[in-house]
Amino acid sequence: MTHRLKLYITGRTHSSEQAMENLRRLMEQQVPGAYEITIVDVLESPQEAEADRVLATPTLIKESPPPTRRILGDLSDTNKVLLGLGLNGTPRKVS
Amino acid sequence: MSPESYIHNKTNGALKKLATSIPGFDHICEGGLPENRTTLLSGTAGSAKTVFAVQFLAEAIRRSGDAGVFVTFEESPDDIRRNMLGFGWDIAAWEEQRKWAFVDASPQPETDEIVSGDYDLGALLARIEHAVRTVNAKRVSMDSLGAIFTFLPNPARVRSELFRTASALRRMNVTALMTAERTHEYGEVARYGIEEFVADNVIILRNTLEEEKRRRTVEILKFRGTAHQKGEYPFTIIPGEGVIVLPLSAMELKQKSSDIRVSSGSEELDRMCGGGFFRDSVILVSGATGTGKTLMTTEFIAGGAKNGERCLLFAFEESREQLFRNARGWGHDFAQMEQEGRLRVICEYPEVIGLEDHLIRMKNCIEEFKPNRVAVDSLTALERVSTVKGFREFVIGITSFIKHKEITGLFTATTPSLLGGASVTESHISTITDSIILLRYVEMLGEIRRGLAVLKMRGSAHEKHIREVMIDSNGMHIGVPYRDVSGILSGSPTHVSSADIDRIAGLFVDDGKSGG
Repeated sequence: MTHRLKLYITGRTHSSEQAMENLRRLMEQQVPGAYEITIVDVLESPQEAEADRVLATPTLIKESPPPTRRILGDLSDTNKVLLGLGLNGTPRKVS
Repeated sequence: MSPESYIHNKTNGALKKLATSIPGFDHICEGGLPENRTTLLSGTAGSAKTVFAVQFLAEAIRRSGDAGVFVTFEESPDDIRRNMLGFGWDIAAWEEQRKWAFVDASPQPETDEIVSGDYDLGALLARIEHAVRTVNAKRVSMDSLGAIFTFLPNPARVRSELFRTASALRRMNVTALMTAERTHEYGEVARYGIEEFVADNVIILRNTLEEEKRRRTVEILKFRGTAHQKGEYPFTIIPGEGVIVLPLSAMELKQKSSDIRVSSGSEELDRMCGGGFFRDSVILVSGATGTGKTLMTTEFIAGGAKNGERCLLFAFEESREQLFRNARGWGHDFAQMEQEGRLRVICEYPEVIGLEDHLIRMKNCIEEFKPNRVAVDSLTALERVSTVKGFREFVIGITSFIKHKEITGLFTATTPSLLGGASVTESHISTITDSIILLRYVEMLGEIRRGLAVLKMRGSAHEKHIREVMIDSNGMHIGVPYRDVSGILSGSPTHVSSADIDRIAGLFVDDGKSGG
């Protein structure tokens, strides 16, 4: 099963870079190779942010596996991100 | 900033204003909202913030075709589309015409959000900017900011985000209205101290309970760098129209004054008034129940209609049937006059709607029917449904409106006591009306009779006698002066012997030598 994630950012700001870096590192640790990250810059695709009704940046949307979840912020609080992604903080095999 | 540029700014920095076209509101704004600025609209729950914010966009679309963006934080776009249909605002149609765009920031119940680290409202701003570009919007409404405060982690973030939002809106060249919730009608401007963030322009909507009656008011607290009217102005919300502000005390006393006289409907009363009422004057007829106020109203209306004038009668005390029957009894056929288009009679229960709404409906009737004469029977009935302040505003509103239109107005007021006395109505409006006619009971030698006096007739000589009035099947007859009674006006008439009258009269006999 692949984790499909969408990360909304606003331009190349510090918090955007932080969020992208934190997310990639975490996924690589947790489910190496079994994830897809789409980066959406709201300055380039505001209509996509409109469709997803995103207010804040950075916002991470876990699109699959269900349930859909949103995590706000630069993803610096690792435990909360893991909780939000349903990864429970320990590396595990993907069945 | 250098001193030169400060002075430069001061002399050339007169802020332009953008007319909102919300009825009456631009008057108290002295032009409209500061253009290209953000204005905070604060009010308690139920103070009509959303209606106001929607109307701000709706009026622009309807009048000038300028598009608007509505950012909603609380209600869903669907709810707003549905709720605003009652005001005649078809938002869905405007969306199709690309005159209106929603930015939906309303809460989504199905998603739970987890916070991990710092974030800002970058996405929201990008969406607003995108919407503004897409429809080429000139106006933006954001309803309401309270949601942002619960959404953002701390006050420092709120401060920086609101500052960012306001400057982004300015860069987009739009005039914006942000609503905010307040907890008390009188107290801090908004919760969380929002006014600290967008402090330049603040408007407050109130919805207070006064003497068991709802009263809505709007107040411009401040417009930085530009003038506006001070104080609270009543407003009302009307289905099919929306917010209507009544800029009563802001009205200018610019009515023309004419010398043209019109008949009161009674030749004798015309004589007492020095030749009739002035055409654009307002006459107050005051008296206890049964003294002949409705009869005088009927004669005033019938007299006008007979001369080919258009007459409008607002009756708040009697039903149509009663009025028509009474008029017939006095020899006036209201039904035929109505058929011939010279008369319109409107009967309403005062309690049906608030006084502000009565005022607007009456104005609409007058605009539509374009009468030469208007009668209101009675003002006292309307007083029941209002606060003292609201009633005074109503009287000023209707009086200045009909004078402006060069209409003759006759209002009746009922005095609470049978003999003498003044009504509350009177004390409130006597200074506003041009003429006052008193109808009084006169108790004399075990008999109740009626008396009439012209108390005031602005700009004209008038008779000073108190005359006897008799009412029969032909209507009203004004008889001879009460020469042998005094104290009628104070409510305790006493018979005066003719010897006394002669003696007093003798004191004032003009012997041709006195200077006065």
